[in-house]
Amino acid sequence: MTKQVFEGIKVADFSWVGVGPQVGRELAEHGATVVRVESHKRPDTLRSASPFLDNSPGIDRSAFGTAYNTNKYGISLDLTTSRGKEVAGRLIQWADIVSDGFTPGSMAALGLSYDEAKTINPGIIYFSTCQMGQKGPLSRFGGYGEFGAAYSGFCHLLGWPERTPLPVVNAHTDFISPWYVVMTLIGALLYRRKTGEGMYLDQAQIEAGITFLGPQMLDYFANNRVAGRMGNHDPYWVPHSVYPCLGLDRWIAITVTNQQEWECLCRVMGSGLLENPKFTTLRSRKQYENELDEIIGRWSKDFLPHQLMTLLQNAGVPCGVVQTAEDLLNDPQLKERRHFRFLQHPVIGKHAYNAPAYHLSRTPNDIKKAGPCLGEDNAYVFSEILGYSDEEIEDMLIDGVITTDADVPDVLKGAK
Amino acid sequence: MNQKPKAFLAGYRVLDLTDEKGQFCGKLLGDLGADVIKIEPPEGDAARNRGPFYKDMPDPEKSLHWFFTNLNKRSITLDIETADGRAIFEQLLQGADFVVESFAPGYMNQMGLGYEELERIKPSIILTSITPFGQKGPYAHFRTTDLVGVSMGGLVRLFGENDGPPVRFSAPQFYYLGSIHGAMGTMIAHYHRELTGEGQYVDVSCQQATVLANRISVETFDLLKINPRGAGPNTPVPRPTPPGPVSIPIVKKCRDGHVIAFIMGGSQAGFVKSSRALVEWANQEGMALELKDFEWEKMDGSTISQAEINTIHDIIDQFLLTRTKTELMTKAVEREILLIPVNTTRDLAESPQLSHRGFWKEIEHPELKDRLKYPTWPVQWTGMPPYQPQCRAPLVGEHNLEIYEEELGLSKDHLVMLKTQGVI
Repeated sequence: MTKQVFEGIKVADFSWVGVGPQVGRELAEHGATVVRVESHKRPDTLRSASPFLDNSPGIDRSAFGTAYNTNKYGISLDLTTSRGKEVAGRLIQWADIVSDGFTPGSMAALGLSYDEAKTINPGIIYFSTCQMGQKGPLSRFGGYGEFGAAYSGFCHLLGWPERTPLPVVNAHTDFISPWYVVMTLIGALLYRRKTGEGMYLDQAQIEAGITFLGPQMLDYFANNRVAGRMGNHDPYWVPHSVYPCLGLDRWIAITVTNQQEWECLCRVMGSGLLENPKFTTLRSRKQYENELDEIIGRWSKDFLPHQLMTLLQNAGVPCGVVQTAEDLLNDPQLKERRHFRFLQHPVIGKHAYNAPAYHLSRTPNDIKKAGPCLGEDNAYVFSEILGYSDEEIEDMLIDGVITTDADVPDVLKGAK
Repeated sequence: MNQKPKAFLAGYRVLDLTDEKGQFCGKLLGDLGADVIKIEPPEGDAARNRGPFYKDMPDPEKSLHWFFTNLNKRSITLDIETADGRAIFEQLLQGADFVVESFAPGYMNQMGLGYEELERIKPSIILTSITPFGQKGPYAHFRTTDLVGVSMGGLVRLFGENDGPPVRFSAPQFYYLGSIHGAMGTMIAHYHRELTGEGQYVDVSCQQATVLANRISVETFDLLKINPRGAGPNTPVPRPTPPGPVSIPIVKKCRDGHVIAFIMGGSQAGFVKSSRALVEWANQEGMALELKDFEWEKMDGSTISQAEINTIHDIIDQFLLTRTKTELMTKAVEREILLIPVNTTRDLAESPQLSHRGFWKEIEHPELKDRLKYPTWPVQWTGMPPYQPQCRAPLVGEHNLEIYEEELGLSKDHLVMLKTQGVI
């Protein structure tokens, strides 16, 4: 294996839930040493969220709890104890990067703010990511990804115009925000190389989300138009929707962006569609869009989704199956890209992880370690990285500084 | 120590050959301070014809879509398929650090401009290719649009009504996702180059970028053999039968629109605290009294029935209907309630939080005699000057003279000849 890009870069990862951990993961998958700090007393929310092995809860049984933590070392530490703070200090001294994913003020309350970290390690690069950013009238708002996605405009744009907007169940901003942090962190690492100075980074996740609605925002600023829900229709293209296919709850997206593609679709469908005066021009197709959708739907429902996709793609029509999770796991294109990696987890067993969307020709990712069980790497981190003696480690265990399964609140215990 | 840089990528140059699929990648590199040169075909980039348009005037110089994804770039026109155009491109390559492209897989190789060729000309170059499915594989040459892409990436299946069709965001995301992952891969490659001097090839799949935004759906199938799907304005809670799945309503009507609220209990202390705080507030206003002594911590997500859930929610919904989005948000922060408004673009433009952070930056559009507001880089930093947009999106070939004459030293006669031949 060639040397990895971030080999030698050390990250003290205090973050939790969605955004911060994905930042550390991206670095860890390219060679950084990332130590994730957690506590049994207040485990990461994702550890008590579905999906669990055998649908039976437990802090080491959730694939949500492992998904964003590949290649990391996991330790369990009670940061509210004075000894725990001292350990955190040693970790910050060791690190190049500190990550904070809490509600503003939480790290300061633990004595681990940027200013305090800088005293310990003057060259430290420290990032904070939260919904609203560190300052401002709403900065204290703590919430989940669905909330950020609603505040930044995505919920209002999901669904049909005459119906209630739909919740953004993928927590969309959680999958935009981390990438901005990674890019900025790389800038900060290079800045430190040039100047010797560290840096503090402050991310508002709602802002990251809004950058994916740029044209809609400009449409408001320039034209005073408030973007609304359009179902699967498009303001400029027609036909443009999802249509039923053979099978239970199966759908295909079919879109036509010019006259040539329209003619291709009509040729495949036959039945005089091309000659139908209602659909001759773009304008008339838009006018009779619902009727056209019905005609296409009546035709598409007799085809298997992947079969219809091949047929229409071969004919030159942009289309694609509305893929389910199961489809994604079996998708030959994603297999070609080695998108899913199956890693052995001590409790869950072998299970699926996502790989990065970019392939680097000279410095490829190396995804080798499943997201850790809580405290899985205590032994290695406390002795090898932080240099504590066996005695000291034992004391910390006895004093509850290093937390264990016994510290898990009863309501979260679940199956063993 | 060297002089302090003024921006992360100050002094680095990007040659941007992309169409709508990859333009946002170059925009992000420009945001970080790179000098991005958009190379358009002589007739102008096709994405200039994408709406919406400034004041609804369909004009290639007024596309708001184009304005946004080409902010912080300069523009030259060049037909790289001609021998003269190619020679000029090679000359430009000497002074470039990054090339970003989004042609169909194989096009750059066919043109003799694949990574190996570019590396021969400029060994430290980073070439980034952004395509719907990546360079190789059975779907590599599929035709896509946003709806097709987000469907193939699994995102559309996650949204929809309970028994209706799935649905996409009414705002394209597929190429934005591919582009931001492309920019991130490019930055990682750049870091490697700063340490070693080596360039490399970055091959990006928008489909993979979309799958990464599926949150936990594939893991759910992997462990539970359940395919997550939309459940209307509710959060689905997949449970094996019995007792079978339930769904928790989370999008709620208020006086002037909608809000999202997590009204739950059970093992999660945060949910219990929030639900109780909301009920307390409602009680003080003389509403939701039925829930005054409700024991939220005893609510068991693994056994509760849909009817019980609905009863609780109906009571709280009555209260929410009496308040506005702004009132609800203010109290949510004050009382730590898990509730937030469903914002429209107008709400965002008026958000006190965003103004406080200086999120909107005005940029001059001299030919429109107007200034437009743009979102800033969503991470603030210390040490360097704060993010400031360098320039509005360029006009077609606006910087031809600047680049061709002043920088490459081409004579006016030569440029006229190239123009006549349709090269620039």
